[in-house]
Amino acid sequence: MLFTSYSFIAFLAVLLVLYYLVPRRFQAPLLLAASCVFYLFAGPLFLIYIAVTTVTVYFAGLRIGDGLKAQSAYIKEHKADLSPEEKKAYKDSAKRVRTRWLVLALVINLGILAAVKYLNFAISNINGILSLFSSARLDFLSIALPLGISYYTLQSIGYLMDVYRGAYEPERKLWRFALFISFFPQLIQGPISRYSDLSPTLYAEHPFDMNSLLRGLERVLWGFFKKLVIADRIFIAVGEIIGDPAAYRGGFILFGMFLYTVELYADFTGGIDITIGVAQMLGIELRENFNRPYFSTSLKEYWRRWHISMCSWFRDYLFYPVSTSRWMSRFKKWNVSRFGQKVGKRIPVYAASFIVWFSTGLWHGASWNFIFWGLLNWAVLMISEELEPLYDRFRKAVPFSQSFGYKIFMMVRTFCLVAVMNLFDCYALLSDTLSCLGSIFIPSAWQGFSLGVLGLSAADYIVIIAGCALMLLVSILSVKGDVREQIAKKPYAVRFVLYFGLFIIILLMGVYGIGYDSGQFIYNRF
Amino acid sequence: MDQLLEILSNLHPDVDFEMEDRLIDDAILDSLDIVDLITAISDEFDVTITAKDIMPENFNSAEAMYDLIQRIRDEE
Repeated sequence: MLFTSYSFIAFLAVLLVLYYLVPRRFQAPLLLAASCVFYLFAGPLFLIYIAVTTVTVYFAGLRIGDGLKAQSAYIKEHKADLSPEEKKAYKDSAKRVRTRWLVLALVINLGILAAVKYLNFAISNINGILSLFSSARLDFLSIALPLGISYYTLQSIGYLMDVYRGAYEPERKLWRFALFISFFPQLIQGPISRYSDLSPTLYAEHPFDMNSLLRGLERVLWGFFKKLVIADRIFIAVGEIIGDPAAYRGGFILFGMFLYTVELYADFTGGIDITIGVAQMLGIELRENFNRPYFSTSLKEYWRRWHISMCSWFRDYLFYPVSTSRWMSRFKKWNVSRFGQKVGKRIPVYAASFIVWFSTGLWHGASWNFIFWGLLNWAVLMISEELEPLYDRFRKAVPFSQSFGYKIFMMVRTFCLVAVMNLFDCYALLSDTLSCLGSIFIPSAWQGFSLGVLGLSAADYIVIIAGCALMLLVSILSVKGDVREQIAKKPYAVRFVLYFGLFIIILLMGVYGIGYDSGQFIYNRF
Repeated sequence: MDQLLEILSNLHPDVDFEMEDRLIDDAILDSLDIVDLITAISDEFDVTITAKDIMPENFNSAEAMYDLIQRIRDEE
């Protein structure tokens, strides 16, 4: 069930009525039932996948949490009797048991993800190797990707690792844990929530609050506007360009690259606006997933402001554990003895970072273009890190580098860099991406360049420009303060006019109109 | 504490670590800095900081880091 479909709007309307009519203690169970219904629309078989994840992580969490509790109680009880060596031996042995539960749950859930998402990718690579010396081929498997599996798998692993670290107690009620994993607004494209953030608001009782409902509705409408009026309109031209890499080259690629970067922003932030808005209509607060990412002055800053929940997940649950692990410490010592203090200490950090960016690329899609995209990000970030002392000297030597104009230049530079790297999202074949990218610099490839052949009319371009100007204006205004807070202070009549106006714009200017199943959100496929 | 302040100022000479108390929240220290810092602290203070200790509240200020070191020492 797409967010931008009649069925979803009907589903949400019925849910909202029931949600505020039932006794408040039934609100959370109702949300679980609604999430199951939402998931059933994707296919009943997929419910089995999410149920396996829920049950395995729930039980592993309980075993780990109980183990930690028993350890604390034992040490407290035998504080006087145990020598430091005995205490350490007991702790190590108890930790080994907890680690076994953690590993078991990780193997099951990452195994499921690997099987449904990466098995055919592995088969295509094996076939590629086989083709070098044999005509034998492995058959591809017909496996459908369960809705939201990339998101809920990461969310459940994050929970389990937090419990393992003793950050909080495990959830004891299975239905509550199932709701945390399957909460429908965030199921298909995140944000990847933390249990400690989401659980207090998810399980709380929510009295009807007109203000909260209106603020949520406002956010949903803004998301629809970004998705239906801007992103889906841009997709017509981007789809045309990407669909035929042999025909569309040179100027089309340069134009399409920037257009896709705007589309990706409107599509993904629009989807998250709808997610956060729907949750808010239910009285539930989700964390923001974006912080004006295209205002970033460097790629490093961009990755702090784009898809925040995914980036922080990879940082907290992959980068830190890998870079502070014992084997990485041994690797560091080996490097220091071989290359000296300065270089030897950097290599393990860059190696851990490599693992993270490889995984980030792979998480986005089971193909080499995504892996290349991830590693390209890694390379640019690591080169920037090495050049930091040089930048420092430049900043001190050139007073202009502190000016507002230079800051704007850095923002534009970062936007261009992101746009070039986004091109690797577009084409499945790396050779197509590199060939198209190279064609920008070949004058003959620019022959026949025209904006009129991409399926968009002059009116469409005007709508896109006006829509982008509005998104930019809202972003600029929100630097100084929350725009929505300002709107919330207006009288109800003014707010209704504003919402109704936005609704009419979406109806009139949405690419397919609100009743159609518009294009999938780009981040659904990850 | 002086040892810790020396490690921190070697990492970012331009930051006043005695006054700053939002090192993580304001992105003054990033994830690469944190790993560098953990390596230096482990070498200097002979403590093992693991991923579970890496939380903003433990690294937002020099004082918080010092408390973390003391806590780990007590536990070890």
